[in-house]
Amino acid sequence: MLTLDAVEIARGAFCLRADFVIPGGALVALIGASGAGKSTLLEAIGGFVPISGGSIYWSGADITREPPDRRPVATLFQDNNLFPHLTVSANMALGLTLRRRPSAADRKQVTEMLERVGLDGLGDRKPGALSGGQRSRVALARAVLQNRPLLLLDEPFAALGPALKAEMIGLVVGLARERGKTLMMITHDPQDAHLLGDQTILIADGRAEEPADTKRLFSAPPPSLASYLGT
Amino acid sequence: MAYGAQPLIRLGQIAAGLVVLLIAGTILAVAWRAEASARLGAADWAAIRFTLWQAAWSAILSVALAIPLARALARRRFPGRSAVVTILGAPFILPVIVAVLGLLAIFGRNGLLNAGLGALGLPEVTIYGAWGVVLAHVFFNLPLATRFLLQAWLSVPSERFRLAASLGFGPAATFRIIEWPLLRATVPGAALVIFLICTTSFAVALTLGGGPSATTIELAIYQAFRFDFDLGRAALLALVQLGVTTVAGLLVLGVAVPDAMGGGLDREVAYRPARGRFLDGLMILLATVFLVTPIGALAVSGVAALPGLPAEVWWAAMRSIATALGSALLCLVLSLSIALAVVRARRGVARLLDLAGLLGIAASPLVIGTGLFILTFPWIAPSRLALPLTGLVNAIMAMPFALRALIPAVARVEADYGKLADNLGLRGGARLRILILPRLRRPIGFSAGLAAALSMGDLGVVALFADAGSATLPLQLYRLMGAYRMEAASGAALLLLGLSLCIFWVFDRGGRVDADA
Amino acid sequence: MLHSILPLLGLLAVPAAAQDAPVLEVYTYDSFVSDWGPGPALETAFEESCACDLRFTAAGDGAELLARLRLEGARTEADVVVGLDTSLIAMAAETGLFAQHGFEGRAWDLPIAWQDDLFVPFDWGYFAFIHDRSLETPPASFEELAESDVSILIQDPRSSTPGLGLLLWVKAAYGDGAEAIWEGLSDNIVTITKGWSEAYGLFLDGEADMVLSYTTSPAYHIIAENDDSKMAAPFEEGHYLQIEVAGAIASSDELDLAMEFLDFLTSDRAQSVLPTTNWMYPARLPEAGLPEGFETLIAPETALIFPAGELPEIRSMALDEWLTALSR
Repeated sequence: MLTLDAVEIARGAFCLRADFVIPGGALVALIGASGAGKSTLLEAIGGFVPISGGSIYWSGADITREPPDRRPVATLFQDNNLFPHLTVSANMALGLTLRRRPSAADRKQVTEMLERVGLDGLGDRKPGALSGGQRSRVALARAVLQNRPLLLLDEPFAALGPALKAEMIGLVVGLARERGKTLMMITHDPQDAHLLGDQTILIADGRAEEPADTKRLFSAPPPSLASYLGT
Repeated sequence: MAYGAQPLIRLGQIAAGLVVLLIAGTILAVAWRAEASARLGAADWAAIRFTLWQAAWSAILSVALAIPLARALARRRFPGRSAVVTILGAPFILPVIVAVLGLLAIFGRNGLLNAGLGALGLPEVTIYGAWGVVLAHVFFNLPLATRFLLQAWLSVPSERFRLAASLGFGPAATFRIIEWPLLRATVPGAALVIFLICTTSFAVALTLGGGPSATTIELAIYQAFRFDFDLGRAALLALVQLGVTTVAGLLVLGVAVPDAMGGGLDREVAYRPARGRFLDGLMILLATVFLVTPIGALAVSGVAALPGLPAEVWWAAMRSIATALGSALLCLVLSLSIALAVVRARRGVARLLDLAGLLGIAASPLVIGTGLFILTFPWIAPSRLALPLTGLVNAIMAMPFALRALIPAVARVEADYGKLADNLGLRGGARLRILILPRLRRPIGFSAGLAAALSMGDLGVVALFADAGSATLPLQLYRLMGAYRMEAASGAALLLLGLSLCIFWVFDRGGRVDADA
Repeated sequence: MLHSILPLLGLLAVPAAAQDAPVLEVYTYDSFVSDWGPGPALETAFEESCACDLRFTAAGDGAELLARLRLEGARTEADVVVGLDTSLIAMAAETGLFAQHGFEGRAWDLPIAWQDDLFVPFDWGYFAFIHDRSLETPPASFEELAESDVSILIQDPRSSTPGLGLLLWVKAAYGDGAEAIWEGLSDNIVTITKGWSEAYGLFLDGEADMVLSYTTSPAYHIIAENDDSKMAAPFEEGHYLQIEVAGAIASSDELDLAMEFLDFLTSDRAQSVLPTTNWMYPARLPEAGLPEGFETLIAPETALIFPAGELPEIRSMALDEWLTALSR
């Protein structure tokens, strides 16, 4: 369970407030106009930007001051999710260990995960030799291997076509459910929010709203969402 | 970002502290041994004036010539273009004494140029005197300036030039709207860096300067030491030199130095206007001839003596290579520590760290050498320190260039992959091994090559410490000349030239192979 | 390949064999110890008889050698210093580091009478301008040179021993008129180099008609290269004399051995090595005489030299004149 208690993120003149709870295992979409602060919110939860007020808790533990790698969070960024000089397997193994030579058990996990995301046999390639969709799968696989209960996705599939993106979201949902992950994903496409299911957080006017039921939110959008959707 | 930065900043502070300690400490040591309080005489002021004058002209001319050359290289494609771009790297890493010999083979009284002018019945030109010094400095630094500017040109997205073409911009409008902003952002930094390099010129001024009116500060330091044994004045002059450089260095950091050192110079801009093709070609041809013929002349004059070189020369070459490798490693360790810290530290601290790294340009090798001698002599036999100290001093002299290559690269890597690395918990050694070192192969290869090549050709420090058995190749070259063995000396010069270019090339290539996008 | 490995074996072997033998540290200038200088031959010859280990330490040229000695002061490791010259003797004596040698009675083959109780002369030469045989009318005096359009290469007196020699030469020949001579020479000077090597190298590359060197320089070309095209121009004013000297360090633990070395340095065996390695005249003529080729060299009638004691004052005055004349 992720709790944002009166969180305030100030960046120059811009200020974002968030005060909500996401239950464990929920799959939550974040939607809002560009510049509304969606990425900033995820970065604050991931520990990449300091917050200026409030606290963040995971399952009751205060993680506000924890460094990124000590938080229960794995993040998929918009890009640069893979080290281009390392092979697919090596990139994925980094989710498990920083050792120079991963153990046999770790290697086995990597191979199984490669299979699970449909990339068996591609472990020795470097990211440059993969298609955009394949790269997204590797990045997702690594984030899942990181074995952190909270998965944050900052529009990592934005560059993919609609069909491929839907497929990736399907994969994300499947993996998250299998492993009981809590998931937050930024999107600007209502379609993605529906695919993810469950709940949606609307970010507008310097506020991150409480998670709302996705179907209900889009069937009766508040004014700020309505103007974003152009309806 | 702030998290986990402290140890790395500390490391960079230690590295910068070592550099400052070495430079300031040796000046203090020299001043401490001074027998009387020192004052600067009229000749010293003349030396300061001349130093600034020639450095300014060298910088202005290098950059002025580099503008059309870089533009021509940026927008023309021709067979051998990448070879020309590679050759642009050569003069900068040439050992100074070797390069001066090469320049004389072309521009000397008995050189090819005057032979040609004579055959046409034209009056001869002279390379000696103050303008000869400037010419030699342009030879060394035109390539550097061109690299700076070429990098800037290639950083303009080709769409912008295409847009200009589709909007029907003529050359004047293209220049005003696209090229002028680019030059305004690049030229001051490039000029200041070259100015800095030229302020510590020693061997060039010595050989081509032609007398007391062309004395540089570094030469005045040498004379104070050797002729008058006036250590106080040597220390004072070293401080003046340090002051000049610090002021110029602060300016450099203020105007944002362009990132010339990376790679990617073999791209070209898609925009290739038909107009100006002849002038571009002429510019490239003239520059290539200017930069290549002196090197060619050295090769021609030295090749006959190469097989017969005495064994002692080969031993000296081995020592030089070993010293160069050590110097390269040390330069990398220090520069990388500072670069990692600069990227993480607060702006003010970052600037101080950067400036400390830049001081290497200002340091007088003679004062560092003498200071180290004073400090170490009571404890260690000087001859045992000859090679380590040559490596150390050259590592510090190469740091300013290594930093210019490493800092932007580290900044880019951290911007692109810093969050991913934080998320994965990569810190300290793991971050270096998994992220920094592999992503920085190119600038690391370049910096190591540069440090190694500069160290190969250096004569500054070793002379005071070396005994009969620890001569480096440049020192051996001088010994050959001192023993009337001019032909063997030209063979040794060619060997030195070849080794310097080779060691640079190997490192630079090493940084490029298998470099994934 | 073999002869490049042998020295290495030698390095390994010597310390073991000579472990208990006393070590004689000899400080000298750089070109003395190079493979082509007198150092290696002298070392072999001396070690045959002394049951000691002779070690050379080289520091630049004569003036840098003195600077190093002054930096080291009383803690110096040196037992013997070889290669100071007449222009440095007064300053070297001032350091108080040198021991009296006690060779006063020895007969020297020098152009002037030698009297110095600290320093022993070991070789000498005259400064002279060297030119190619093809130069049609070489000038016979500084005045002729100044009036001619013959180009010359000289060395900076502040960084080079021959350069300082030339400064003193003009001063000794012209006294108060020296500055005028320098003004006259300024348009003949192609460039002023840091040291002898650069100037001589440029001369051989054809960069000027004449170069400041020694009357003995043509001997190198004749003997080592079988080339008699290089000649020294005799000057009517006479030629300035350079005498190279050696001295023992008073605080040395091996003072007896140091004296033995000074004795050896002026012996027939060592003196006969110097002409064709250091390319100077020996301070004591060997029994076998000078090597063939030396008889072709010019023999100046007048030897110019300032007394060592007056030098510090004269050289700073002469330098000021030189700076003034050539800065214009």
